[in-house]
Amino acid sequence: MAETKTFKVFRFNPQTDKKHRFDTFKVPCRPGMTVLQALNYVQENLDGSLAYRSSCREGICGSCAMHINGKYRLACETQISHLSASITIRPMAHMDIIRDLVVDMTPFFEKLKAIKPYLIPGDPDEGAERIQTQDERAYLDYIVDCILCGACYASCAVNGYDDEYLGPAALAKTNRFLMDSRDKADEQRLALVCDEHGVFRCHTLFNCQTVCPKNVDPTANIANLKRQIIARQLNPGFSKKGI
Amino acid sequence: MITSDVIVVGAGLAGLRAALELNRHNVKVAVVTKVHPARSHSVAAQGGINAALRNHPRGKFDSPELHAFDTIKGSDYLADQKAVLKMTTEGIERIYELEHWGAPFSRTEDGRIAQRPFGGAGFPRTCYATDKTGHVLLHTLYEQALKFEAASERADMQIFDEWFVTRLIVYKGTAKGVIALNINTGELEIFAGQAVIWATGGSGRVFGRTSNAYINTGWGMCVPFYEGVPLKDMEFIQFHPTELYTNNVLITEGARGEGGFLLNNRQERFLANYEDSAKAMEMAPRDIVARNMQREILAGRGVEGKYIHLDLRHLGKKKILERLPSIRMHAIHFAGVDPIDQPIPVAPGQHYTMGGLDVNLNTESKVKGFFAAGECACVSVHGSNRLGGNSLLETVVFGKIAGEYASAYFKEGGGTDVPVSFLNQILKEEEDKIIRLLESKGKENHSAIKHELGNAMDLGAGIFREARTMNVSLEKVKELKERYEHIGLNSSGRIANFDLLWAIQLKGSLDLAEVILRGAINRQESRGAQFRTDYPMRDDKNWMKHTVAKWKDGTIHLGYTSVDLSLYKAKKRHY
Repeated sequence: MAETKTFKVFRFNPQTDKKHRFDTFKVPCRPGMTVLQALNYVQENLDGSLAYRSSCREGICGSCAMHINGKYRLACETQISHLSASITIRPMAHMDIIRDLVVDMTPFFEKLKAIKPYLIPGDPDEGAERIQTQDERAYLDYIVDCILCGACYASCAVNGYDDEYLGPAALAKTNRFLMDSRDKADEQRLALVCDEHGVFRCHTLFNCQTVCPKNVDPTANIANLKRQIIARQLNPGFSKKGI
Repeated sequence: MITSDVIVVGAGLAGLRAALELNRHNVKVAVVTKVHPARSHSVAAQGGINAALRNHPRGKFDSPELHAFDTIKGSDYLADQKAVLKMTTEGIERIYELEHWGAPFSRTEDGRIAQRPFGGAGFPRTCYATDKTGHVLLHTLYEQALKFEAASERADMQIFDEWFVTRLIVYKGTAKGVIALNINTGELEIFAGQAVIWATGGSGRVFGRTSNAYINTGWGMCVPFYEGVPLKDMEFIQFHPTELYTNNVLITEGARGEGGFLLNNRQERFLANYEDSAKAMEMAPRDIVARNMQREILAGRGVEGKYIHLDLRHLGKKKILERLPSIRMHAIHFAGVDPIDQPIPVAPGQHYTMGGLDVNLNTESKVKGFFAAGECACVSVHGSNRLGGNSLLETVVFGKIAGEYASAYFKEGGGTDVPVSFLNQILKEEEDKIIRLLESKGKENHSAIKHELGNAMDLGAGIFREARTMNVSLEKVKELKERYEHIGLNSSGRIANFDLLWAIQLKGSLDLAEVILRGAINRQESRGAQFRTDYPMRDDKNWMKHTVAKWKDGTIHLGYTSVDLSLYKAKKRHY
């Protein structure tokens, strides 16, 4: 039978509110129900004005990252039964609030754009596919799974005090292209992340690794970028293939 | 007012591919999308994208012609044959292009794009990236779009995300742009252009049990429908055999392609007991597998009477982790089952809209300057049943074609100029509609109407159809349409008002539901995905034709057009 759980949800409408508040909703929960389904219940039955993003409801579109009981997670992949009877939901940090749980992700995407997040191949685009061995492709496992949800960015302490810090997702994306055997822009890529707002700003707190819903492990990706930069300083002939 | 040469609506695979093509031709393009491009439903495609690359050891004799034949046979001969051959031929270049742009396809032992077997296909020709093909392709095109946006050597390209299109602007029979609502400010804006490319995806949320994302409401198909673009073959709805029983999340056909079994409650591979699937078994096309699964469940041989087991255990842990990692996580998250140790509970559910906006093989519609591509369009390359792996192919092939033809149309002048007073008039009409909705105080809850609609469609327009239940559902839809006139919003304000957005879109869902049901009731035959228990045979004499629905002054009118059968003769389907 349905068990009722209490949801405390962050609310803020800049048109009418001076200050944020938490609204409390009682939601009947059935086995297998997710936090996103609970939010749907609220919007459909209790308070239609509740604002949050949602789409695929299966953890692949990246719309619904939010702070749920102390941790950034995708609402759609979070089972209510795994949480306590009282559930507190906040929007992602380090980004301006548009309304309730909807934040302005512009800075997140601007930083992604800054690292040239696209393949820069050495050879022209002609003919059939480029050859990439299974081992070369295996480098990209997990890194290419990033869904741009922003959970890592919101969880990162450095993003909290350095507005210009590129953040875990953009840096991991740099490593995704650096480690792609088809990409031929190593120096350019590393130069883009090698200043005081780039990889060396990372404090290796592992927050991004902890929250990433897709096991991208930005922490390890950033560590690799640091290693690549330092190795090149020590040995100018160094190639990424050596790692 | 935002002015561009061409407006693209939707930023999934078809929309982004169209935008890239326009921009390659140095055409200024504005992409208007209600969600950030990476949130588009293309992202959820899993199994792969078909093309006769001949990379698989068993695929050496594959060809675009054989791919076309499989597609046409799979469509139960309702696909337009030259359009299909165009898709299967150009598809090869499109896939190499995606690879050149950085798509991380899985690889064969000799480093080529990996291919796997899929239903209804004579050879393993489905190119894949584990079970996240849609995700990697969408992100690849998004990355290219960012590259194009940043480039200075061409005309501007800009993506306007979280802009919800409320109206297509048609002036003297010519598409001239759209009106869109900035979701995050609540303000309406005119996007004026000399041509419009539509790429808003499918409409699965018209049904209750569907694998589709929440955003696939059907509104995208209805906006042009209301302005004179007909809808074609809307009664053909694909039910995917393997959706997670608990919440209809998709479990890729690739799971069967890799060797998974479908079992009933006696642990039998029951597909062997049906004539139309006895030979191909799990690799029979989706319509056939879905029907035979449903027959097992109806005959009381479902597990717990309700679902079928998809058993992957014999594939072993290594293969599951390597080739099917994300569906494993879906099963764990949403059904509490790890496919390495236990079979996955699955059942058929709505998955794909074969029909759509009526366009020809150049993506042109009867409204000048209006082009459509991807799931929202109906060329038709899928006819009455789509083969797995052909939808991603359709998006990139016809997205490119739409970009090409729209840019040529623009360069030829793009028809008459539209007076600003006309644009402002339409803007005011839309503003009035929004205000009316925001101030509506009716007693009806639009979410309740949405759920009742989903149930009615599941019951009446599901895998097995008959006149009686379809008519019951049609009456229900009419009742819901009436109730929709009396909804009340329980939120106000213009900023990020999702209550308003869902309420607007429900009108589209309701109108589409009527188009689907009326097309299905009229078509007194069984073909592809439409199975009528009261008309169980295909009837080529009377029904080898496309249904075309038109909107006139708020009512729906059905007509028919011919099918292009110029390449292959229609035969009975056996697998």
